[in-house]
Amino acid sequence: MFGAAGGTSSYEEIETTDMIVLWGSNAREAHPIFFHHLLKGVRNGAKMYAVDPRRTTSAQWADVWLGIDVGSDIALANAIGREIIVSELTDGNFIARATKGFEAYAAAVDEWTLERAEEVTGVPARFVENLAHDYATADTAQVCWTLGITEHHNGTDNVLALINLALLTGHVGRYGAGLVPIRGQNNVQGGGDMGALPNKLPGFQDVADDEIRGEFEAAWGATVPADPGLHLSLMFDAMERGEIRSLFVLGENPAQSEADATRTRRLLDGLDFLLVQDIFMTKTAEMADVVLPAAVAWAEGDGTVTSSERRVQRVRRALEPPGEAKDDLEILALLADRLGFSWGMPTAEEIWGELRGLSPMHAGMSYERLDQRGGIQWPCPDLEHPGTQFLHGDLWEDPLPREPVPFIPTEWVPPVDELTDEFPIRLTTGRRLDSYNTGVQSEGFSSPIRVGGIIEVSPEDGAALGLTEGDQVRVSSRRGAIEVPVSFDRSLRPGLAFMAIHHPDEADANLLTIDAWDPLAGTAEFKATAVGIEPVEFSG
Amino acid sequence: MKKVHLTVDGAAISVPGGASILQACRAAGKPQPTLCYLETLTPVNTCRVCLVQVTGSRTLVPSCSRIVEEGMEVATDSEPVRHTRKVVFEFLASSVDLSLVDAETREWMDFYDVDPTRYGPAAPAAPAGARDARQAGHHQVPQPGWAETVAQPAKIQDELFVRDYGKCILCYKCVEACGPDAQNTFAIQVAGRGFDARISTEFDVDLTSSACVYCGNCIGVCPTGALIFRSEYELRNAGLWDEEAQTVTRTVCSYCGVGCNLELWVQDNRIVKVTSPMDHAVTAGHLCIKGRFGYQYVQELGGPATTPIDMVLAAGREGGFVEP
Amino acid sequence: MDLHFTSAFPSTPERVAVDRLLGGPPSGWTGGARAAADYHVALGGHHHAVGVRHRLLPALQAVQSAIGWVSPGALNYVAERLSVPPADVYAVASFYALLATEQQSLRMAHVCEDVSCRTRGSLRLLESLAGRDDVVPSPCLGQCDRSPAVLVQRAGEYDASLWNATAEDVAEVLEGATPIDPEPGHYGVPQSELGSDRLRLLRRVGTIDPYSLDEYRATGGYAALTKALTMGPEELIEEVKRAGIRGRGGAAFPVGAKWEAVVGQGPDRMLVCNADEAEPGTFKDRGVMEGDPFSLVEAMTIAGYAIGAGRGFLYIRGEYPRAARHVASALRTATESGLLGDNVLGSGFSFDIEIRMGGGAYICGEETALFNSIEGFRGEPRQKPPYPAEAGLFGLPTAINNVETLINLPLIVLEGGAAYASRGTAASTGIKLFCLSGDVARPGVYEVDFGTTLRQLIDLAGGPLEEIAAILLGGVSGSFVGPDLLDLPLTFEDTHAVGVSLGTAVVMPFGVSTDFDDLALRIAAFFRDESCGQCVPCRVGTVRQEEALHRLIGGVPLNGASSDLGLLAEIDEAMRMGSICGLGHTAGNAIRSAIALGLIGGRP
Ligand SMILES: Cc1cc2nc3c(=O)[nH]c(=O)nc-3n(C[C@H](O)[C@H](O)[C@H](O)COP(=O)(O)O)c2cc1C
Ligand code: SF4
Ligand code: SF4
Ligand code: SF4
Ligand code: FES
Ligand code: FES
Repeated sequence: MFGAAGGTSSYEEIETTDMIVLWGSNAREAHPIFFHHLLKGVRNGAKMYAVDPRRTTSAQWADVWLGIDVGSDIALANAIGREIIVSELTDGNFIARATKGFEAYAAAVDEWTLERAEEVTGVPARFVENLAHDYATADTAQVCWTLGITEHHNGTDNVLALINLALLTGHVGRYGAGLVPIRGQNNVQGGGDMGALPNKLPGFQDVADDEIRGEFEAAWGATVPADPGLHLSLMFDAMERGEIRSLFVLGENPAQSEADATRTRRLLDGLDFLLVQDIFMTKTAEMADVVLPAAVAWAEGDGTVTSSERRVQRVRRALEPPGEAKDDLEILALLADRLGFSWGMPTAEEIWGELRGLSPMHAGMSYERLDQRGGIQWPCPDLEHPGTQFLHGDLWEDPLPREPVPFIPTEWVPPVDELTDEFPIRLTTGRRLDSYNTGVQSEGFSSPIRVGGIIEVSPEDGAALGLTEGDQVRVSSRRGAIEVPVSFDRSLRPGLAFMAIHHPDEADANLLTIDAWDPLAGTAEFKATAVGIEPVEFSG
Repeated sequence: MKKVHLTVDGAAISVPGGASILQACRAAGKPQPTLCYLETLTPVNTCRVCLVQVTGSRTLVPSCSRIVEEGMEVATDSEPVRHTRKVVFEFLASSVDLSLVDAETREWMDFYDVDPTRYGPAAPAAPAGARDARQAGHHQVPQPGWAETVAQPAKIQDELFVRDYGKCILCYKCVEACGPDAQNTFAIQVAGRGFDARISTEFDVDLTSSACVYCGNCIGVCPTGALIFRSEYELRNAGLWDEEAQTVTRTVCSYCGVGCNLELWVQDNRIVKVTSPMDHAVTAGHLCIKGRFGYQYVQELGGPATTPIDMVLAAGREGGFVEP
Repeated sequence: MDLHFTSAFPSTPERVAVDRLLGGPPSGWTGGARAAADYHVALGGHHHAVGVRHRLLPALQAVQSAIGWVSPGALNYVAERLSVPPADVYAVASFYALLATEQQSLRMAHVCEDVSCRTRGSLRLLESLAGRDDVVPSPCLGQCDRSPAVLVQRAGEYDASLWNATAEDVAEVLEGATPIDPEPGHYGVPQSELGSDRLRLLRRVGTIDPYSLDEYRATGGYAALTKALTMGPEELIEEVKRAGIRGRGGAAFPVGAKWEAVVGQGPDRMLVCNADEAEPGTFKDRGVMEGDPFSLVEAMTIAGYAIGAGRGFLYIRGEYPRAARHVASALRTATESGLLGDNVLGSGFSFDIEIRMGGGAYICGEETALFNSIEGFRGEPRQKPPYPAEAGLFGLPTAINNVETLINLPLIVLEGGAAYASRGTAASTGIKLFCLSGDVARPGVYEVDFGTTLRQLIDLAGGPLEEIAAILLGGVSGSFVGPDLLDLPLTFEDTHAVGVSLGTAVVMPFGVSTDFDDLALRIAAFFRDESCGQCVPCRVGTVRQEEALHRLIGGVPLNGASSDLGLLAEIDEAMRMGSICGLGHTAGNAIRSAIALGLIGGRP
């Protein structure tokens, strides 16, 4: 987000903010403890809007729920932007001092009248208007989102559209105001921090920057390629073209987690060599030529992870790993050894020391300080630095010590998978409170509230299709079909269906989803599939 | 914040305005007993073991909730304080199973020479559901010669936790943690009235049919072991629970990106319970079901249990139940 | 809020009952059928839920009076309509004795078994009704002057009060087809029946039509409000201070000081009138509300004007259906006549009064429990401070006063504070209502000047029925006093000097043939049943007190009678020093005094 990739604010700040816009996020279930902080804010008087196609358990806490049609986020955001501009509620000073490109943005959103927004999003114009006014006039406001924004073919544009709103109103760079993406997995943020991105070195430093690359090359005694690598979706395209022949998968289960699973599995099958390092014998591991059993990092190993508020925290070994399982670090060191590099057997702290030498934003985070302070938020450039509670405070400095932040106009494009008579229902996917990703970890405990692999439809659609709850239905998309039991859920309106992603063995939503992906982030459009639903007739 | 000056047992002390008497006592090096108080929850001042005497007050004052005032004179060890604390502890000990309260509380009970037997022998336990069925205002005639208690069979309705309300002192902590102070799920509340008051779901429906989302935050705050991990309950029943042999390791939850810290309680290389540090800025001690109970995948046995502890844990997991 | 419901669905009558109170569901998200308008927008959330929570108890009462209990389906519907979690709804429903959370008979007779009635036939009445599952014993019903008293809750019809009831009466109401409402009634003001013209507070009770504003005005009604509006709030409060009047609800706090404290707070203020009157032996407020409802409405309006409140709540105990009807009618009439509501009498002052009914819980007379009850929570008292004047109903600065306290206001306004204070004594100014029952010839409410002695009062009530062994003074949270104190002047200061309290002005003489063991056990049982259960000293102490008393009286002491006596004293002390509220503080008073007077087993 205009600079380092991380949420701008701390959880604590939402407790005293004046207005919360929860957009495309069911944090109540997907990020429950973040939602605790959010609810403190609500109880302290914050007004809350929820933008989501479903009236989720999160949205039920909102003063106003805006039930947009799937994939119309940009239309809504642009209309909000326009309304703020035409009502003269922008923070003109902030725009003039700290941003650039406002004119072009204003021109781009000009077509997005409230009426047009109502047509595209389904949300009555006056509620869009209310949101715009409340957001613009709040002293402090936060926009929070998760995968409902990013899991679209144009997920990056979705995010940009929200950033534009914060720039219009100056809701960034101040305590309590900000842009808050919440990460789906315990170390997605940390993965990014560590350079697990195609175009970044650790600390979000550009691979293309010769000087920076030089530092890493000096430290590592090896050459670092200047060209960005491939993100996941591009990797599969490269496999399709035969350019990638071998794959090393660490702690991922793409055979089940990727959209259009049929294609994914075909491509994995076609590889010359597949190496999987995992704590489980996952579906992907089953396809592998070699599997390296790993220890569970958070309970059987040492190291750090980074949370959604950029807080770097220590994980520690509490258990001895079973059997031959080894710590990830140890496996990598042994692998290096076999490949002819002598890394020795560095400890997690030693590796961390190397990182601190190379990534300025982590430089002040010694293990000792991390232990003492129960984690530190980056950037933390030196051992005296307390860590950074919120980002972009410098946007309010005069004169501006950095480049002004650009408005980047975004264009609304409807979801790729079109609704037709054959596929009239919009299927969207998501998470449930007691389950996680493809379920490999969360299936380990027996949850009294677990809902298995089912499809949920609105009670109205259920009745129209002549269904009763528990009936088996056939759900088909342009890519495949599955049979699952159906259940009715009032959070859905007619024409909208929902599946959780947690039970690929019983109900593999990804056989239906489309792998149209966002060109920048490589995230697939899990959230918008066109499906048809019909009762399964039993013969006899 | 402006400083407020007061005396605690004659010694002068100043504390920031807005502090409680309890905080002032602690600052003065005089810890007080507490049961219903927790830093992370709104004070309900119902247990009354923290009462102190404040000059000018007709009755004793709960130190946990009362805010200090300039010139206050606080006595923590006067005759009325000693007497009331002793009797209050006796009321609890004679009506509730306090076997799992912490060592500190036990020391206070010794300090006040608590003797629950003064009120007569404990009445037989109520049958399952009987206390839950009592209607407000309908008189329960005392059973001659017995001291009534809240004893009743434990409610075991799932594989994650046990509600053993014979140990419940009605401190309201679980209600606050499930409700407005943390989880905001409101699956449980105090129902009924007077001595028949109890923690309950609507109409006492099983937890599995209630709004409960199994975050276990109620367990996290329960001071008496009335709410307890199923694993701990079974291991205790089997005589295998051994705190001396346990390690507690702080780490980070492996699920979503919020970054909750966990304390893993490990015995014989098995996680037997999970908590979160109360002073941790992210969680304030609270977790979701995944962080609290989602650890089991790291100790999947992949075969029959062989050690006693594994046998007990496995039995608990299959819905079985090891007899004490 | 993300609520979770069990699968129980409301029946049509249950929905109708709730909708009649709340109006139909505003959207498909709050209990209504879903329509296209609901598909893309929903209003709700936490702030909405907070705003409607106060309708919870009325909604539950609507269900109870429609179908005779709070069923799981109805509970879900109320929860959904008001965005209250079902477990919270259950917590509230199960707190009140007049709300049943298990199915019961459509008509239920609550037969008073409390101190006055049980010495005047109610135990026999209960015995003759034994075995019926539609009869339950009840704490005092506020009709101690006409024992035995009975309240019949009737699903689908209004509740009926019976008095001097026989088993046949009760059976007839339980089974009979005709709805009975014993009006015009019996107001229990013997002084006026005897033709006294000296009555001032009670002068209209039983003599005018309580539904008639004209009769009220013809007897001087609303002159005080008219005058008060010209005086202005400050002068009004000055006059009240000059009158020296102290609260009549039991705590005897000076009214002027209380009001000043409220006025010193923020601008959004509340007035609450406490008409919960559940202290056994007390029935004075009922008579006033039934017989002279406009006087309370006028008095509340004056009080609201004085403290600058825009809204007032009147909390009437659930066992007073008739009082509630009469006051509700008076409120309607007053509003229609411009005496209440917007711009009262053209003064620019606007004031509304809302009636709330109690649910059968003595504790809800405690002021902060009463606030919680109105707000839709369990009627659990709050620890003070903060006092109501700082943070009362809905957290706003609140003046809460007893019915009798307030109806003195018109007198004070019309005759002036100084004239009012010239009656009574310096520390107990003015006139006072006393509730006489028990062994007196003419039980009822009596109006006298402060300073009247016990003996004079009992004589006024026709004298004792037999030689007096003891007098219960101030209610069951008060004390027994011996006949040696018959010449005690009834003032706050004189009672205080001998270690007792006027309480709610109950004067209940008991003759020498009284079974005091039985009375003491009943009092112990009362406190156990009525403890809210919040704090340990009272929740457990009231049980331990009852157990020890049973042992003492039953002659089976634990370790010798002296140990149970000692234990009772220790329990009493812990309850008095350690409890949150006045219920616990006073739960041992009557028993302690009975023991001290040697009235019950195990003499000292
Ligand atoms: C357990 C308990 C019950 C009470 N019940 C009543 C009641 O029914 N009516 C009443 O006016 N005051 C009652 N009070 C006293 C009130 O708390 C409060 O003092 C009173 O309403 C103040 O009004 P006043 O100042 O006009 O007397 C009760 C107090 C306690 C502790
Ligand atoms: S279950 Fe535990 S936390 Fe809840 S009220 Fe009882 S003792 Fe307190
Ligand atoms: S405990 Fe729950 S909210 Fe916290 S990190 Fe784990 S999964 Fe996320
Ligand atoms: S003293 Fe009794 S009635 Fe009052 S708060 Fe305590 S438990 Fe409730
Ligand atoms: S700790 Fe203060 S009353 Fe319980
Ligand atoms: S009505 Fe029966 S004792 Fe008061």
